[in-house]
Amino acid sequence: MNQTKKKFTFHVDLDAFQPASEKEKEYMVKMRPSTTFFKDGVRRLYKNKIAFISFIVICLITIMSIIIPIFWPYSYETQLGVQPGRPVDSSYNNLQPFEYGKTEQKRIEEGENIFPHLFGTDAAGRDYFIRVVYGTRVSLAVGFFASIIVLVIGMLVGSVSGYFGGKVDLIIMRIVDIIYSLPDMLMVILLATVLKMTLTPVIEGTFLEAIGSNIISLFVVFALLYWVSMARLIRGQILSLREQEYVLSAKATGAKGGWIIRKHLIPNCIGIVIISAALQIPSAIFTESYLSFLGLGVNAPMPSLGSLAADALNGIDSYPYRLVIPAIAISLIVLSLNLFGDGLRDAFDPKLNA
Amino acid sequence: MNSKTFMYIVKRILLAIFTVWVVITATFFIMHAVPGGPFVGEKATTPAVQAAMEAKYGLDKPVIEQYFTYLGDIVTKFDFGPSLKQRGRMVIDIIADGMQTSLLLGLIAAGISTLFGIVLGSIAALKRNKLIDRIIMVVTTAFVSMPSFIIGSLLLVIFSQVLPANGSTAAGLILPIITLALYPMAYITRLTRSSMLDVLGQDYIRTARAKGVSGRRIIFGHALKNSLIPVLTYLGPMLAYIVTGSLVVEQIFAVPGIGRAFISSITNRDYPMIMGTTIILAVLIVVMNLLTDILYKVVDPRITLE
Repeated sequence: MNQTKKKFTFHVDLDAFQPASEKEKEYMVKMRPSTTFFKDGVRRLYKNKIAFISFIVICLITIMSIIIPIFWPYSYETQLGVQPGRPVDSSYNNLQPFEYGKTEQKRIEEGENIFPHLFGTDAAGRDYFIRVVYGTRVSLAVGFFASIIVLVIGMLVGSVSGYFGGKVDLIIMRIVDIIYSLPDMLMVILLATVLKMTLTPVIEGTFLEAIGSNIISLFVVFALLYWVSMARLIRGQILSLREQEYVLSAKATGAKGGWIIRKHLIPNCIGIVIISAALQIPSAIFTESYLSFLGLGVNAPMPSLGSLAADALNGIDSYPYRLVIPAIAISLIVLSLNLFGDGLRDAFDPKLNA
Repeated sequence: MNSKTFMYIVKRILLAIFTVWVVITATFFIMHAVPGGPFVGEKATTPAVQAAMEAKYGLDKPVIEQYFTYLGDIVTKFDFGPSLKQRGRMVIDIIADGMQTSLLLGLIAAGISTLFGIVLGSIAALKRNKLIDRIIMVVTTAFVSMPSFIIGSLLLVIFSQVLPANGSTAAGLILPIITLALYPMAYITRLTRSSMLDVLGQDYIRTARAKGVSGRRIIFGHALKNSLIPVLTYLGPMLAYIVTGSLVVEQIFAVPGIGRAFISSITNRDYPMIMGTTIILAVLIVVMNLLTDILYKVVDPRITLE
């Protein structure tokens, strides 16, 4: 090593031309484990603190909304004051948090352990905590299924439109243009109103009655109106991906159609598709809560966060917490879904932040 | 304006007219798909009375004939027929009554949210990553994830002692305006911030700095003007938001506007009223979107639209 520090000379250092030993080679070649697009995205997502925390919050809320109703001693529809064969005990209605009804008080004095009503009860004497939990579950489920519907329809129409091109594409895209320029909320309200009246007698007695006509009409509305932006997105993706150089080069080197679809087209557009489906969930939850607030959402006694907030307006001066609790829940869910969606976009769509 | 822009505007206007026609047609046929006429729910009517009422409102004719009469009345006379529940009043009169309050409410909300949004967004962009930027971003993020009815109800709880909650007085309009303005304001703030940051990184800003132009002139003369273009595109969606938002906000604060009339017509099954309000509000949104698109094209000729 000292040799190199010597004065300038034309003597060639022959050592420098020796073949490298294995150890030296190892030092030079920086081996990184080979990574896939998916792993790389997960790594970037993991680094994004805000998105990661939001993801944990979503998971926690989802798991709690599924698990808590299983072991909770109260159910969302039981009116605690109403016992078969006895007069209605109105002391159960409108309990403050951690208060008990008359018969419960008596049992406590007798030494029994009664599970507290964490958030009190509502005007009909139903445990409010379990209603909030159940409402969260309903809201999440509505958001999830609505975005699946949008994803499936949008993907079908979009890929048909992008794949066939020509006249089919032209007609589909004009229909998309028109649906896109319709004022969606007004159409949603109109359709929900009409479907509510039309569907209620039709589904009576079938298993669909349990879901309720309003939720079904909400899904129908999503299936009719909200697929357009997804279809547009997927069509654009397919059109631009088809023309990419790497697809051309794959074709030139003799790759078959199936290979190109599997190795090039799907990995390159699945990211964007999943992200926009994820961002659809909070907007579906928003729409559901909005409709619930107008009385067009879930059917009673089933709660959703929107209908809980709407019901709370009646007794708002005496029981403001009944509004605040579902309001916090809905804001937390929408906020973390939005932040997580943004994080997903940053992680899986590096083209966007270029 | 070159011929290409002109052609775009013509195409856009035709699409808007077509959309309005689709809205009218869809609304009409959706409402007529409801089983049972509007009078089925009425108590104490004999079949003869019902038939007479249906004849009076032209409901006994074939649907297609009713449709063309309805469409013709709207196009030629701007007539949406009589209200079924508020006897003796025309739908258009009820809408015109409610429109005065609603327009006032909506315009003030739109003005406030645009003004405050641009100011706050610019401040956030200029003080990037400082404390004030952080605060603005956190607060606006919170506002965009709260549905308007929740913001409205919370404001109602908090300020019910201070401000009147009844929207039929002038002071009572303060809370509804704030409720309607918060979401678009937060959205515009975020929009302005990101586009301002984008513009501040452009070469012409650096050139202006290098020439020795003062900071204030750079912001007001160069940066702000260019960063407002994305905000312009939001004007259409903002109006749509304010229109639909006013439905619940007017409900919460008991504002005697078109939104409340619409909701009560839904609960009353007042069919002509539902159709009329939907169509008028839809036309309002379509026209506003049209104007936004044209304005956008005229303001920034660099933008090429398909």
